[in-house]
Amino acid sequence: MTVMNMIQAINSAMDVAMDRDSGVMVMGEDVGYFGGVFRATAGLQKKYGTNRVFDAPINECGIIGVAVGMAAYGLRPVPEIQFADYIYPGLDQLVSEAARLRYRSAGEFTCPITVRSPFGGGIFGGQTHSQSPEGIFTHVSGLKTVIPSNPYDAKGLLIAAIEDPDPVLFFEPKRIYNGPFDGHYDRPVQPWSKHPSSEVPEGHYTVPLGKAAVVREGEAVTILCYGTMVHVALGVVQESGLDAEVIDLRTLVPLDIDTITASVEKTGRCVIVHEATRTGGFGAELSAQVQERCFPYLEAPIERVTGWDTPYPHSLEWAYFPGPVRLGEALKRVMKD
Amino acid sequence: MADGAGRNLRPLKLHVPEPKFRPGDAVSFDDMVFPHAGSVARPAPSADPADMRDYPFTLIRVLDPDGHAVGEWNPRLPVEKVKRILRGMMLTRAYDDRMFRAQRQGKTSFYMKCTGEEAVAIGAAEALQRDDMCFPSYRQQGLLIARDWPLVDMMCQVYSNAGDRLKGRQLPIMYSSKEAGFFSISGNLATQYPQAVGWAMASAAKGDTRIAASWVGEGSTAEGDFHAACIFASVYRAPVILNIVNNQWAISSFAGIAGGEATTFAARGLGYGIAALRIDGNDPLAVYAATEWAAERARGNHGPTLIEHFTYRVAAHSTSDDPTAYRPADEPNHFPLGDPIERLKKHLIGLGEWDEASHEALHAELVNQVRDAGREAEKLGVLSGTAFNHGFETIFEDVFAEMPQHLKEQSEQMAEERRAAGV
Repeated sequence: MTVMNMIQAINSAMDVAMDRDSGVMVMGEDVGYFGGVFRATAGLQKKYGTNRVFDAPINECGIIGVAVGMAAYGLRPVPEIQFADYIYPGLDQLVSEAARLRYRSAGEFTCPITVRSPFGGGIFGGQTHSQSPEGIFTHVSGLKTVIPSNPYDAKGLLIAAIEDPDPVLFFEPKRIYNGPFDGHYDRPVQPWSKHPSSEVPEGHYTVPLGKAAVVREGEAVTILCYGTMVHVALGVVQESGLDAEVIDLRTLVPLDIDTITASVEKTGRCVIVHEATRTGGFGAELSAQVQERCFPYLEAPIERVTGWDTPYPHSLEWAYFPGPVRLGEALKRVMKD
Repeated sequence: MADGAGRNLRPLKLHVPEPKFRPGDAVSFDDMVFPHAGSVARPAPSADPADMRDYPFTLIRVLDPDGHAVGEWNPRLPVEKVKRILRGMMLTRAYDDRMFRAQRQGKTSFYMKCTGEEAVAIGAAEALQRDDMCFPSYRQQGLLIARDWPLVDMMCQVYSNAGDRLKGRQLPIMYSSKEAGFFSISGNLATQYPQAVGWAMASAAKGDTRIAASWVGEGSTAEGDFHAACIFASVYRAPVILNIVNNQWAISSFAGIAGGEATTFAARGLGYGIAALRIDGNDPLAVYAATEWAAERARGNHGPTLIEHFTYRVAAHSTSDDPTAYRPADEPNHFPLGDPIERLKKHLIGLGEWDEASHEALHAELVNQVRDAGREAEKLGVLSGTAFNHGFETIFEDVFAEMPQHLKEQSEQMAEERRAAGV
């Protein structure tokens, strides 16, 4: 075991995957010699050579399209999109190509690519370095969407994603790259080293896709969350003293619905938290599924605590961010009756 | 409106390109002047693109008006190879004719012919190795035919019948054959271009010897994917052949709407430093020669080649459009580069290796071959909106390698609802 932050864990995952399978290769903007703007690919080019780790032109359509072709050849590319906000030029290659290739060729051609991309705000990134576009991809059949919340999961989930036979969107909550964040932007930042999930094995292991984690057991209310919001939820629960059950979804597609329904059937109440905008967001899907499956158990309306339906504003990002105040108020409403 | 008059400024004008001829106009391509066959020099396949900057603005031709193969680009093929190319083009046309008819007979929903463009796919396939990977658009059915892929298998796809390996999921003609080195066709245009470059980059990174080739229409070169492919191909010197099939028409939009008024499509290679050739796409020997040159270049690690095949879409875009609504009905007859099958036939006759009788005999043989294949395929069913060749439950297969819980649930829900409704 070694203490790692999210970046180090993600780097270690790629290192382990590349060491085990010569078909795994990494490309993206600034990922080669420099090692990525967030340093996630640091040292990989030096270790595995330029044939397997290289810089790409600033062309996300090309990065994804080329990765699809490499996958068709038989490789397992792990392209990096520097910020999730930049992924849109590659959307057609993801939605119409990567996601459909197995289906349209009835399994003749497959697309085992893992698209890594830092996402989410809280870093003064403004509207083009803060977005959470996961709901665009969870809506597409044929794509898996994975979002880790801590170093241990990040490494295990990324290795599982790279080894998965189908295309995976791997969104990395960049606000928690260097430490967990409970949403109190006015308090000192905590490093990962003080968090138990920063104990990460150096070698190979996986955290299976499609399995949620119950990160806090409780009886009063179920909080569904992922990424940075896991830490916001845990912080609010600790401060409020509420006996909430906090579920870290870890994978949105495929979704671990059984863990969710078991929890809501127990608590009878459900609050969904995500940083992405509200309308048509993944929270809407979660709310619908909980309602469809747990209706007889529900004692209060399901609440969604999300980013507002606005662009992510630069200096006012804490007005947008669904932090402790908003989650705290939502929990009060849900617990009222 | 802004007030420019006070500043003595002329009003701006928007230029919207229009084709020379619309329905009812008299067609004349007299102003279309081409270099003589054999007049363009053949550089070494290792040539620096900087020394080839004239090539996008000429037209490489091998067959002269009398059917003689002339000049440095003459691939000097053995007669049997030339006959094989002729046969491939004729079989493609016979196949197209039957499948077009099948669509009109209501046996399938859709079809696309490549009439007049047969040389583009057949000439290229014959110059590539069998294990080179093709990333085609929807009009290179000739690649499968040149690679001797069974017609019955192709027809089953067009019919979405019980023999369709793609389980009736894909629009007719969107074939896929890994075994034939033919990538699954997308309906979204030019997406295959960066994929071909990626495949070629992978081959190079792995020290393989196989190369990739891709095809797009001139209209699709306007897509961002085209430019993505060019920049990646150039940067990494990918062993790939990027073909642009300039057949003058993108459904109803003439080549000018894709930028063809301003420059040639081959010239798009210049900005990327990619070697670019512009060739007579109705000359099967020119297609063969250019592909052979580009393949040698790629295999020698000299990088990609962009080839503009100047040709003409004789038939409709697909069975869903009527070209007489946007171009003169007789425009195809006036296109000055002739018919690729007729041109190669003339060449073979000139060599003393062919005659009208052998041509007729081959035509009859191929029509019979297609008819027999058609009967075989139709035994496995044709497309129907009410009698299905594949089980409803199959739509949930192959979304992922392993069916996740939500798809299993949806599949069960579909079955339950149908049971409950008694259907």
